[in-house]
Amino acid sequence: MTDVRDVIVIGSGPAGYSAAIYAARAKLKPLVLEGSVTAGGALMNTTDVENYPGFPDGILGPDLMDSMRKQAERFGAELVADDVTEVDLQATPKIVKTASDDYQSRAIIIASGSSYRELGVPGEKRLGGHGVSWCATCDGFFFREQDIAVIGGGDSAIEEATFLTRFARSVTIVHRRDSLRASKIMQDRARSNPKIRFAWNMQVTEMIGEDRVTGVRLRDVKTGAEGILPVTGVFVAIGHDPRSGLFKGQLATDDDGYLLVEQPSTRTAIPGVFASGDVVDRHYRQAVTAAGTGCAAALDAERWLADEPE
Amino acid sequence: MGESTRAVTDSTFESEVLKSAKPVLVDYWAEWCGPCRQVAPVLEEIASEHGSKIDIVKLNVDENPEVVRTYGILNIPTLTVFKDGQVVKEIVGAKPKSALLRELEEFLV
Repeated sequence: MTDVRDVIVIGSGPAGYSAAIYAARAKLKPLVLEGSVTAGGALMNTTDVENYPGFPDGILGPDLMDSMRKQAERFGAELVADDVTEVDLQATPKIVKTASDDYQSRAIIIASGSSYRELGVPGEKRLGGHGVSWCATCDGFFFREQDIAVIGGGDSAIEEATFLTRFARSVTIVHRRDSLRASKIMQDRARSNPKIRFAWNMQVTEMIGEDRVTGVRLRDVKTGAEGILPVTGVFVAIGHDPRSGLFKGQLATDDDGYLLVEQPSTRTAIPGVFASGDVVDRHYRQAVTAAGTGCAAALDAERWLADEPE
Repeated sequence: MGESTRAVTDSTFESEVLKSAKPVLVDYWAEWCGPCRQVAPVLEEIASEHGSKIDIVKLNVDENPEVVRTYGILNIPTLTVFKDGQVVKEIVGAKPKSALLRELEEFLV
């Protein structure tokens, strides 16, 4: 056990680092448990971030996160690339455990983000690493001049599809509805790209292939008709689930696992525990909104600590 | 490159990996791969803690197409363990250190 800290931040995307910057500037010496391979959060899997204000020419996701990290460090945040394994939020002080250390803190800011959703269809797990991918920026390179599919209809699906046309011969966007959720500018870009095709109202029922993907089985959600789309790569971009499992039984969530806070504040039902970023936000899910709520969580924590007797 | 891991290439793969007396973990990576950057320091730690049991080497997929083709690598990071010239374990995607140690347990005793 170590000394009791003022603030521990769990997570390290835009929300976690923004909370760390504000808490550090408030002289709260925050400890940030960044996660070992999740450090930097979802933006680490992206390329150009074009909608983060202040970067008129765009910035690479990993570079943006690296800058936020350095900014937090500059003001005295302590950054540790460990995974939190257990928390006790009801205890006084609150307890946070990693594989190697136990920490105590008066306040906790949760910014644990979200993780990729899987389709849950036959063949998906078995062919993971053999043509099924969750990271277009990582794996697009391996599909030069091939026909591939992107599953999903949101911003990340359309961004991935557009990115993948740098390598692929064709990219088919498979979507279970007849319209996209993605922003207008992303949609226009995809629709005007000659390499991109659309398979509307189609649900993936199976990923096919022995040692590697040779196709996906699709079912028309309107007619029930089935067919096979022959592709050698499948990129799954059907959204994210909040990473809230660690807090189960201690903090309330909605039906989909998003942590509940007393909006517009970041307060949870437990005094001194604040939550921000994608683990809370089911509506906006942007880097800039995550950064905003991370900032709010640090300010809420600062105020709470000031009112709370030591 | 870190202190406890080293690079292998298409031309050194046979001597450094396939003919190694020790098990060798090959980390397939590239500059442009975010999760590869995230897992690199974890592998560095495992290499420095368990270097007597297992060699950890890095293969840049951009620069070494032959090995990538031979082993059908389609995702990075992929971590592959070779023993006596054969693939005995394949781990796809970046995972936390504790999960990696669990998957590699049989090679670390």
